[in-house]
Amino acid sequence: MLAKRVIPCLDVTAGRVVKGVNFVSLRDAGDPVEIARRYDEQGADELTFLDITASSDERDLILHVIEGVAAKVFIPLTVGGGVRKVEDVRRLLNSGADKVSINTAAVQNPDLVAEASARYGSQCIVVAIDAKRVVPASDSLDGGPAQGLSQQRSDWEVFTHGGRRSTGIDALSWARKMQDLGAGEILLTSMDRDGTREGFDLALTRSISDAVDIPVIASGGVGNLDHLAQGVLIGRADAVLAASIFHFGEFSVRQAKEYMASRGIEVRL
Amino acid sequence: MKVAVIDYGMGNLRSVSKALEHVAPDAEVLVTSDAKVVAAADRVVFPGQGAMPDCMREMDNRGLRPAILAAARDRPFLGICIGLQMLFDTSEEGDTRGLGIFPGKVRRFAVSGSAQGQATRLKVPHMGWNQVCQKIQHPLWAGVEDAARFYFVHSYYASPAAGNLIAGETDYGMFFTCAVARDNIFAVQFHPEKSHTSGLRLLANFISWKP
Repeated sequence: MLAKRVIPCLDVTAGRVVKGVNFVSLRDAGDPVEIARRYDEQGADELTFLDITASSDERDLILHVIEGVAAKVFIPLTVGGGVRKVEDVRRLLNSGADKVSINTAAVQNPDLVAEASARYGSQCIVVAIDAKRVVPASDSLDGGPAQGLSQQRSDWEVFTHGGRRSTGIDALSWARKMQDLGAGEILLTSMDRDGTREGFDLALTRSISDAVDIPVIASGGVGNLDHLAQGVLIGRADAVLAASIFHFGEFSVRQAKEYMASRGIEVRL
Repeated sequence: MKVAVIDYGMGNLRSVSKALEHVAPDAEVLVTSDAKVVAAADRVVFPGQGAMPDCMREMDNRGLRPAILAAARDRPFLGICIGLQMLFDTSEEGDTRGLGIFPGKVRRFAVSGSAQGQATRLKVPHMGWNQVCQKIQHPLWAGVEDAARFYFVHSYYASPAAGNLIAGETDYGMFFTCAVARDNIFAVQFHPEKSHTSGLRLLANFISWKP
């Protein structure tokens, strides 16, 4: 059976991993290659690198990071952040990325998703959707799927710029549109839950996962191992992504997968 | 030893070449679109990404077909992903003719509908780590556990017309052929270059394979 995936996410700026990755005995806490190898040893199914470099002068450093990691770590690598043109996709793939994640640029120019997937194949185009609840959850919906997908709008909207800018686009129809344009996968982040450690927005995850035929990665809000299991069991996510619970050494990827297996989830151990 | 990784402009071959260099530090790994380099190589790896119609067209635009057919006749030859699919007669993807080295057809996974219930619905592409059941004994499976997990990402799968080609199968709603073998050719639907220990072992086996 196909395993549900566990994906650690690393924030990279100017070629260095940031946000306090805190492994015991790591010689250099900011070295992307060393951290990637550590996660690889723990059994990570994939790695996602989010380039948060602000300065355009230093943007190319992500290419060196990916080159370095791809020469040592033989699992799939996804890179996102600042992808604006088909040329950006090409350069990341050539440096060793297996998938490229497109976020804001997909909203500004949906044709980019169509062009990039036509050129390089859907398998390497991930569309990242940052969604925020715009309709308060009623009691009957809390923790469950949105009722009636036939309704015109879901309860979530697409946001850009780290959740600060509303687009007015309905998250569910956006996910379907991205699938139709050729996205091979959706990386779905709840901007309400991101950084809260309260768990995924399960109603959002389930609504999107049920609405599309392509795999959905749940992201945003993981604070413990049960949250990961809930993302799969209740949210019906195909993969779960987390950052801080792994970075701070609270849990290893292996512990996460062992816990998920104990909950009856198929994982690669 | 010269190992040619055939490059016809479709996607990223760095992972394939890095993984080969990793398992065969003494080999010369050449990512090439030059038919002469392919002709002179001791072993040939035939990868592929993207859509099969584009892959066939780009391969022919570079005049690589004769060199690929020749290598598939007489040297250790490893197809990966679309590189497996292209060895067959035809593909449903864009109604494309393949190289016709193996009899059979490449089909698309049916998106399973609500009949199965949403909870067990299978997504397309088939993406992630799935188990490979070995159907034959083969030197490329040496040291790879039966039902070991490999990384897959694809929407189409090969359906060989001859059952004796099947070297491995994977369950995704149904069992499909994920590895084929005949004489000097071995081809896999999954990505050994992205499949960690098992994948690297398979590549190392390919490097030492004497068909």
